[in-house]
Amino acid sequence: MALYVDIKKDFGEFVLQTKFEADSGVMGILGASGCGKSMTLRCIAGIVKPDEGRIELDGTVFFDSETKIHLKPQERHVGLLFQNYALFPNMTVQQNLMMGLKPYEKNRKKANEAVEQMIRRFYLTGLEKHKPSQLSGGQQQRVALARILLSRPRLLMLDEPFSALDEFLRWNLELELSEVLKEFSGNTLFVSHNRAEIYRICDRVCVMDHGKSSPVIPVKQLFELPESRAAALLSGCKNFSRAHAVNAHEIFAEDWGISLESEGGVPEGFSCIGVRSHYIYPVTAAKAKNRENTFPCSILKVVEDVFSIVIMLRPAGARYCNTSEIAGQHNELLRMEITKECWANFCEKEHPAQEIWVQIQAHDIMFLK
Amino acid sequence: MDWYPLYNSLRIALISSVIVFFTGIFAAYYIAKLPPILKGILDVVLTLPMVLPPTVVGYFLLVLTGPKRPFGSWFLATFHTKLVMTWYSGVFAAVVVAFPLMYRTARGAFESFDETLSFSGQTLGLSNTFIFWRIRMPACRQGIMAGSVLAFARALGEYGATSMIAGYTPGKTATISTTVYQLWRTNDDEMAFRWVMINIVISAVVLLAVNLLEKRNGNHGKPAGMTAGRS
Repeated sequence: MALYVDIKKDFGEFVLQTKFEADSGVMGILGASGCGKSMTLRCIAGIVKPDEGRIELDGTVFFDSETKIHLKPQERHVGLLFQNYALFPNMTVQQNLMMGLKPYEKNRKKANEAVEQMIRRFYLTGLEKHKPSQLSGGQQQRVALARILLSRPRLLMLDEPFSALDEFLRWNLELELSEVLKEFSGNTLFVSHNRAEIYRICDRVCVMDHGKSSPVIPVKQLFELPESRAAALLSGCKNFSRAHAVNAHEIFAEDWGISLESEGGVPEGFSCIGVRSHYIYPVTAAKAKNRENTFPCSILKVVEDVFSIVIMLRPAGARYCNTSEIAGQHNELLRMEITKECWANFCEKEHPAQEIWVQIQAHDIMFLK
Repeated sequence: MDWYPLYNSLRIALISSVIVFFTGIFAAYYIAKLPPILKGILDVVLTLPMVLPPTVVGYFLLVLTGPKRPFGSWFLATFHTKLVMTWYSGVFAAVVVAFPLMYRTARGAFESFDETLSFSGQTLGLSNTFIFWRIRMPACRQGIMAGSVLAFARALGEYGATSMIAGYTPGKTATISTTVYQLWRTNDDEMAFRWVMINIVISAVVLLAVNLLEKRNGNHGKPAGMTAGRS
């Protein structure tokens, strides 16, 4: 089971250039909105024709610009779950499900049985005669998924399946969906801009940024060892600074104006470093002298979040920066996130008002291209 | 009372409505997919009859179908059939003037159609013909119905182009609208009034029927959410 995609399409101000290979299991495509994720799925489904390249699934060529092959969507047998689920509004739940079987199951009795079975499996009993507009978002998604599974796709593609749902519905549906995906025998492509979803659902991930895809990596690696700034940003990293090596063990973070030691030597070919908000710790001024990678910062803003405290910091050595720029991901600023308990304890000892010493441990620095 | 004008008017309106229904829908569907420049040009050409005076439309129709004009004379020689001053000449006039109404309303309905419905149908393996008739058309039902009614009403009331291409021959090409004018011209006020009333009744019945039909299958084609919770 393998999907091979290498396509290019020019939209004028935006060029889609995707290349990846997916084996069995669930592969995630992670990217900000408008980066070409949905367009990639549409090219694979055959709804959009790429300018050049090749798409192949298990030896069947879907698209090849050289041999001029471009199979119709109907001939590809891939299932695509749209963001809005695309249920047919004029048909009931049962009729909608029937549409998945229609192209190949001519025996009415068998078709009815298969639909019945799906209705039970997806907890839709009692809703058979309802129109899609009478269903909740979660029910609509189940109908759409059941309809796709009835069509027996060789490849399942899910386009932001939870984006149209309420927060509290999402979790339950995610659990349901992961069960469905476990049972599904073919490949699955899961598109999302939500890194946590990708982390929980996918085995491997391909990061897309401005229409370009990066090599497929195991999902854990993206969060522990991202390679590019875009990948790190998508994996949730908030602090970035341009940086260069000073010597074999030390780097200089240009935007923050600080020197940092690195663990196990400075790697080659990086232009930027990243540090996660959770990996910046406050230290008392007394202890700061004896520890590695500590530096003073001025406190710009303290924001109380649901379960944590977010503190916006400006390293003492950084260039002047306007507070209004906190909202944008500005390089000069550091975002530190610690638990409320930890912050309260620290405040008792230190009473920080405007100045604070913080530490970045050497092994928490990510070197990025 | 001679009922021929009623029969002829209904016949012309019905036939031309059917023709306009199909041609209008297919023109709307295929022209929407054309490149912008070609689309713009065709759009202007096809909508012109709506804004031109009917006499100008009649003039062009006569240029095309007149027995002394190239096409008309060729048709006469080949099929031994005259295209002007017959009852079906009225159909030509009605089709041309009613077409833009159907075309424009159908195009408006198609443009507001959610294309992902069509895409999902394709990925499920449904044929494009099936998707068109069973998914796109029901979803655009209201717009298409409105277009058909407007087209029928316009065809029924067509006067200018009809009087030029079909003329007024009692018992042959007379329609309600040409009859009303003829009776008025010959000072037969009472008969003219009768035909006016007949015309009003037909139009009112058509509109009423459409409204009733709309109400009966009310929840078709409306955006999701409008009928939510009504089970």
